[in-house]
Amino acid sequence: MSKQQNFEDRLWDFFCSLKLAIITLILLALTSIIGTVIQQNKSPQEYMEMYGISESTYKALDAMQFFDMYHSYWFLSLMGIFAVNLICCSIKRLPRIIKVVREPVLKADDGLFRTFSNREEIVTEGTVESVCDKIVSVIGQKFAKPVINDEDGKSYLFAQKGAYSRFGVYVTHTSILIIFIGAMIGNVLGFKAYVNITEGQSINSIWIRGAQVPTPIDFEVRNDDFKVEFYEGGGRPKEYTSDLVILENGQEVLKKTIEVNHPLTYKGLTFYQSSYGTTGDPVYSFRVKNRATGETVEVVGPQGKRLSLPGGAALIPMGYAPDYQNFGPAAQANIVAGNQQNGSPFLVFKNYPQFDERRGGDFGVTLLDVQQVYYTGLQVAKDPGVWVVWLGCLLLVAGSCGAFFLSHRRIWVTIQPLEKGIGVKLGGNAHRNQPAFALFFDELKKDLDDALSS
Amino acid sequence: MDSSLLFNITTIAYFAAMVVFIVYLTSKNDAIAFGATLICWVGFIANTGAIGMRWYEAYAMGYEQAPLSNLYESVVFFAWSILLIYLLFDLKYKQRAIGAFVIPFAFAGMIWAQWSLDATIAPLVPALQSNWLTYHVITCFLGYAAFALACGVSIMYLIKIGKEEKAAEESPAGGILGMFPSTKVLDDLNYKAIMVGFPMLTLGIITGAAWANYAWGTYWSWDPKETWSLIVWFIYAAFLHARFTRGWVGRRAAWLSIFGFAATIFCYLGVNLVLSGLHSYGG
Repeated sequence: MSKQQNFEDRLWDFFCSLKLAIITLILLALTSIIGTVIQQNKSPQEYMEMYGISESTYKALDAMQFFDMYHSYWFLSLMGIFAVNLICCSIKRLPRIIKVVREPVLKADDGLFRTFSNREEIVTEGTVESVCDKIVSVIGQKFAKPVINDEDGKSYLFAQKGAYSRFGVYVTHTSILIIFIGAMIGNVLGFKAYVNITEGQSINSIWIRGAQVPTPIDFEVRNDDFKVEFYEGGGRPKEYTSDLVILENGQEVLKKTIEVNHPLTYKGLTFYQSSYGTTGDPVYSFRVKNRATGETVEVVGPQGKRLSLPGGAALIPMGYAPDYQNFGPAAQANIVAGNQQNGSPFLVFKNYPQFDERRGGDFGVTLLDVQQVYYTGLQVAKDPGVWVVWLGCLLLVAGSCGAFFLSHRRIWVTIQPLEKGIGVKLGGNAHRNQPAFALFFDELKKDLDDALSS
Repeated sequence: MDSSLLFNITTIAYFAAMVVFIVYLTSKNDAIAFGATLICWVGFIANTGAIGMRWYEAYAMGYEQAPLSNLYESVVFFAWSILLIYLLFDLKYKQRAIGAFVIPFAFAGMIWAQWSLDATIAPLVPALQSNWLTYHVITCFLGYAAFALACGVSIMYLIKIGKEEKAAEESPAGGILGMFPSTKVLDDLNYKAIMVGFPMLTLGIITGAAWANYAWGTYWSWDPKETWSLIVWFIYAAFLHARFTRGWVGRRAAWLSIFGFAATIFCYLGVNLVLSGLHSYGG
């Protein structure tokens, strides 16, 4: 090779080199740390407060795109170099590998035999044909069916296994490029959005992240019911679910109850259960007993409203807790007599109807139920590239398993008549995991010896 | 018998195995190494039983969840994974001396879990109630465990090659180092362990991405945990390519393996203790 390479050749060698791959991988690892230390995509005010930096420092760091570094030009350039490196390496090495697999050397000469670390020479009796038959049957049984070539009174055998494992590396490299393509498709054609739907209501537009106005979608989503369940004795949510209905032109076309980890997909949009909350005032129902007369009435009404009781007094629901200090649903209420403005507020518990007996007063109050209107918070995502990414991932796993755990093993045999008897030369190699192949080769030698001496 | 008793037995067994392996290095008696391996098996069986008991105990409390739900459970599972990988390598390659450099990782995990982590069985929040949790955690930890073994072997490699080069003219390395496998074998074991760990980590990242996509509709969001797992992946990918490059084998490869494991530990623990993100281990 001449030392006076032109620029193109040097550029090509640069992008094909394994050193570039190692350095790029290490640089990617090192630079990726930045974004895990500096929180990403916050507002300028948050950065100045969080890290106590001046506006000019903020601007300098922002100019270097440190606050959205995974989408910065320098990080994406590094990824680009990584991709180009992968492509160039494959273009450079693949043709040779294809040749090794598709056009194997079928006849091993003495020069090739000298390169094998596993080789053996046997002298036996019989004819070339009879020895060849025995060897073909042993290799066929223990390894793979050999290709036979007869020439000048000699027989050449070649057998191989796992030839395709040579491609494992390239499948792995290609799979990474496929994942990149999938991610790009998702970035260009997909989006992330969110929407809140109150129970009983429906929506036909969603909020794409960062947008100022909602984006209409060509169907309606209705939230029939939202439920949240808590673990016993604590406020830890166990599960929350939304009964969603998809409507097209007012017609119900799909119904599904979604929960966290179980989304709904329709027309390329996927709705994920993400959060929930309450909206509007809760509606209370109480049973009130007049302690003097024993008369009982049930009253229903929203928070803050005077619910009249027989005899001119009124009950006012004042507040609600879904789980008050682990005692379950509780309401705060107040009873005011006709002429009175202020009573003294008290607590009643749904799970402990007898609790209010201890309070005394004219009325005994039991909390029957509190109806709270919930909204469900949904993440909405469209990502047409996601299947490309999964395909890439599948190939990545298959390719790397092929590259790491399989190897291309080849065996050559030459059978030729000698002055006395028949000479057999046996040789073989594996492109990976040589120790295991050496063990196999020793076994094969023994089997051949046995077959030939019988 | 309950899980905490079995966890105590596990910790004691790993401690004993560690001590006996060190005794083996100084005594050079193969029977002692056999004893240490036997103690490893006892500890591993106790560890398996303890995790199984804890699974059962959670079911008895009414929580249908695999015992991989909080930091305590993940650390004891990490110790279990290290032993699994170590014992498989022991069966295949029979290099007893590396136990002295690998079992300490498992013991450190167990003693930390038992001394300072909260062992309460708590129910899972909805986001973690998924079969993906099991696949994701198992693949990640088998990967981490293989990297732990690679790291232990790399430390041995660096110790041995340093002494060998110094003593090259005089005599072959004696003493404790005499019991170490040869640098060639150590280098090979390092590579073999990473060859197991790397596909496992890849699977762990992929199952995590698949799960994130099911739960939130985003398979990748550059969350610190995700990013650190990718950093670990980059380092070991660099290691695997370094094997084929002149000037990067031997010492540099051993250092890459040690840095890789340091990054793994930061990914596993550091991110949760230092940085903020999605992987909260439920508190």
